[in-house]
Amino acid sequence: MRRLLRRRPALGMALLSGISTVVGIVIVLTIDWFPVQASTASEQIDTLWDVLLIASVPVFVLVMSVALYSVFAFRAQPGDLSDGKPIHGNAKLEVIWVAIPFIMVSALAAYGWIVLDDIEAKQTDPLIVNVTGQQFAWRFDYPGEGRVKSTELVLPKDRDVEFRVNTDDVLHDFWVPEFRLKTDAVPGLTTKIRLKPDRLGEYNVVCAELCGIGHSTMRAVVRVVPPQKFDAWIAKEQQSESDGGAAAAGGDQAAAGRQLFTETGCNACHTLADAESSSAIGPGLDDLAADAKKFGKAEDQSPEEYVQTSIEDPDAFVVPNFNEGIMPGGYAEQLSDEEIDTLVQYLLSVSGEEKQ
Amino acid sequence: MTLAAKLRGPGWYRAALSQPIAIAFAVGLVVLVRTLYGYDPVFDGDAITTVALIAMPLGFIVGIGCFDYWFRWASGAPTVPEDHSGHGAKTWRDYFKVNTDHKVIGIQYIVTTFIFFILGGLMAMVIRAELAQPGTQFVDPNTYNGLFSVHASLMIFLFIIPVFAGIANYVIPLMIGAPDMAFPRLNALSFWMLPTAGVMMVASFFADGGAFATGWTAYAPLSTDTPVGQQFFTIGVQFAGASSIATALNFLVTIITMRAPGMTFWRMPLLVWANFTTSLLVVIATPFVAGSQFFVLLDRSLGTHFFDPAGGGDVLMYQHVFWFYSHPAVYIMMLPGFGIVSEVISTHARKPVFGYRMMAFSLVAIVILGFTVWAHHMFVSGMFDWMRVPMMIMTMLIAVPTGIKIFSWLATLWKGVIHLTTPMLFALGFITMFTLGGISGIMLAVIPVVIHVSDTYFIVAHIHYVLFGGSVFTIFAGLYHWFPKMTGRMYDERLGKLHFWLSFVFFNLTFGPMHFVGVDGMPRRVADYADQFATLNMLISVSSFIFGLSFLIFLYNMITSWRHGLKAAANPWRAHSIEWQVSSPPPIFNFDEIPTVVGGPYEYGVPGAVHAVFSDKKAPAAAKAAPAGGGGAPPPTTE
Repeated sequence: MRRLLRRRPALGMALLSGISTVVGIVIVLTIDWFPVQASTASEQIDTLWDVLLIASVPVFVLVMSVALYSVFAFRAQPGDLSDGKPIHGNAKLEVIWVAIPFIMVSALAAYGWIVLDDIEAKQTDPLIVNVTGQQFAWRFDYPGEGRVKSTELVLPKDRDVEFRVNTDDVLHDFWVPEFRLKTDAVPGLTTKIRLKPDRLGEYNVVCAELCGIGHSTMRAVVRVVPPQKFDAWIAKEQQSESDGGAAAAGGDQAAAGRQLFTETGCNACHTLADAESSSAIGPGLDDLAADAKKFGKAEDQSPEEYVQTSIEDPDAFVVPNFNEGIMPGGYAEQLSDEEIDTLVQYLLSVSGEEKQ
Repeated sequence: MTLAAKLRGPGWYRAALSQPIAIAFAVGLVVLVRTLYGYDPVFDGDAITTVALIAMPLGFIVGIGCFDYWFRWASGAPTVPEDHSGHGAKTWRDYFKVNTDHKVIGIQYIVTTFIFFILGGLMAMVIRAELAQPGTQFVDPNTYNGLFSVHASLMIFLFIIPVFAGIANYVIPLMIGAPDMAFPRLNALSFWMLPTAGVMMVASFFADGGAFATGWTAYAPLSTDTPVGQQFFTIGVQFAGASSIATALNFLVTIITMRAPGMTFWRMPLLVWANFTTSLLVVIATPFVAGSQFFVLLDRSLGTHFFDPAGGGDVLMYQHVFWFYSHPAVYIMMLPGFGIVSEVISTHARKPVFGYRMMAFSLVAIVILGFTVWAHHMFVSGMFDWMRVPMMIMTMLIAVPTGIKIFSWLATLWKGVIHLTTPMLFALGFITMFTLGGISGIMLAVIPVVIHVSDTYFIVAHIHYVLFGGSVFTIFAGLYHWFPKMTGRMYDERLGKLHFWLSFVFFNLTFGPMHFVGVDGMPRRVADYADQFATLNMLISVSSFIFGLSFLIFLYNMITSWRHGLKAAANPWRAHSIEWQVSSPPPIFNFDEIPTVVGGPYEYGVPGAVHAVFSDKKAPAAAKAAPAGGGGAPPPTTE
């Protein structure tokens, strides 16, 4: 090899580059880049990725070969004060390295466009799921299935799904890495993605657009289940929702409060043992009854008034060691008076009255 | 001088005095207006902070003396006769005064920006410490969000963009044979706006509710909705941006009108071309980022509804206006580096730049294409669908002029006499890293791929490959290359090479693995992450600490060499361009005699060729025969 490089540098280099290219392509294709493929789009996107890698390796190898070869072959000897050959240009070469990259990127762009068209193709009878982001939790509802509401995303395998994504406050981004698709949730707009889950399993919805202090905790569970199980789940949810309503009417305040606490997304930031939440972005609520008494006194409020004010106007009183402006406003509009009342009663009842 | 005189005259005393006055003005104005409107309370901390953030920097700039001459002139008072006492720096103290000498301003720029580079780097170290393990160890999420936001803002607005302006400030007038910049006082003003912007961004950590924590992109409506720390960014950007625009204007006029006789556009060194094209970008694009931040400021402070859909506002408009600047900004941060690399490679490989005219044309092509691709940052933003494919195609087409540059540098190396000095090593490192960054850039143009990887660590990897492996490596190359010219001393070559190899290796170990975690599903801008990414993040963090430490070698080398280095000759690299034909450091007014340009700047290997002569009688006879133009005309030499 060494002798070849010395005698026929161009041939030697071409050979070396060829071998490096093959080795490079094998390496980049061996790497397990992606999470598992859980939607029909993922297979196409992963293939596109591989093609891009295959096209990239020779370019990188070419650049590196010429650079490294030049450094070894044309390196100045100590004390060498001579100049190189005064080559000012070469029109033929310059045309070639304008034309080839142009052709390459045009081909790749065309291929990318085709894949894009494919993954966004019209669907037949899609399941519609409304996705709503809020600081810092996700809510889902199924308008075609009796408006079932949920904080986990359950999807039937092998059925087209259309997500209609909204937000209550700032920008969020709805992303399931295993599905490969994402879209921002934009105030004032409904954005859409279409996909077909094709692998059973449990994944995560990840918020991919910086949305504030709790951004890294804004996750939800996605379960892809067989169609029969999905129907059963929908039926069960419908049942429990009417039960929840009945419970509230019939006086089971705790169950209704717990459901409201989770559905409104309070659990995304506040620890509350009764609702099985453990986030530390906002103050913990396990001792709220005592805290409300203490802080409420300072503000001349009853514990109930204190909790209600804290929900409706979070910055009216900020718990020590927490910052103003972290808790989103707007719950006074989002929730009805009865709902707020239910929440207040629920929170005070489960936060340690028995301890006193 | 009495204290009263010190407080009246330009300088730090008056600047210090201006600060309490500015604060008093802010309090007074807010209290007065709120009283008149009957608002309660009349004393509003956030409003006072906002007014103070505008009044204090202005007070400082006036106090330090940037406006003295103009005020006198405008008011009809006798101006201080121009005795050129503002030129040159006799002691270190002169660097702390308003000085109109482009060489002094260049050094002021470079040192100031490096201070912010160190601060931004330290923030990166804290970020990596926090991310070394999943969970929360060192900083809470709010501080974390503040850290990466201030880190990015400092690196972009206070380091990369202005350090290039600093290098160019020093070198460009010398390169084109001009005694100074076209507008020396404006030049000084540009510089002094910069530290105010930087101090403001760092000071945001002391604001109520913490530093601005919405990323350097400051997307609305999060940015219109967060505590007062955001104002420090919103207003800081105005000062950094104004500084940038004024400098760019200065470069344009200087380059267009002040070239030495005989220096046609086709005889300009490529660094001059690069700064000419960069300045065009700055002048056209920077007003857009200023606009986007003014909208945020108005939404926050005056209750307008630019980005509030409930009031008829449009959230996506922010992103369009922001990226209409911030994508060209990527080229603002890269084109000057292209120029530096052309100078370094041609000089240290002793060969003319291959395809000089195409190199210049490709810069112009990047400027034009750069304005047609901004929405590729918005492929998942929910903008109208039809815009995506054209943006993808235009983005990928930028690979063509960029490819021309890479291939031309390689061809310049070919059959050269390559001296592996530190600047050359950094230039070669740049070619490697920038090629990788360019390749991931092409991948990021392809819409289906970017739908998956946008807002992940793949983006973090890409941007650091183009901005650190790309821009910062060229900055190092440029500083080592012109260090002898600026300081009159040589740097320590051994330490320089050690700095290069440590940076190169640990740069790749830091940012390389980010590609993998990103594609595998780790979003960016998160204070915490899933356990599956723990191993690679630990590797990234450990590498980043060594990478950070390697910078200390550079710092040590620069400081000790500046003080005790060997005296540098006028032209240690045997380069042809004009800045090397004067002493190191150059005389106060650059040239005792204005040079005449007689040929291209890179005629290495052409017998007897020179770029410029200082008077006809000294010109070697052969120089006249040297080919004019750097590129197209000479007979093609086959290999």
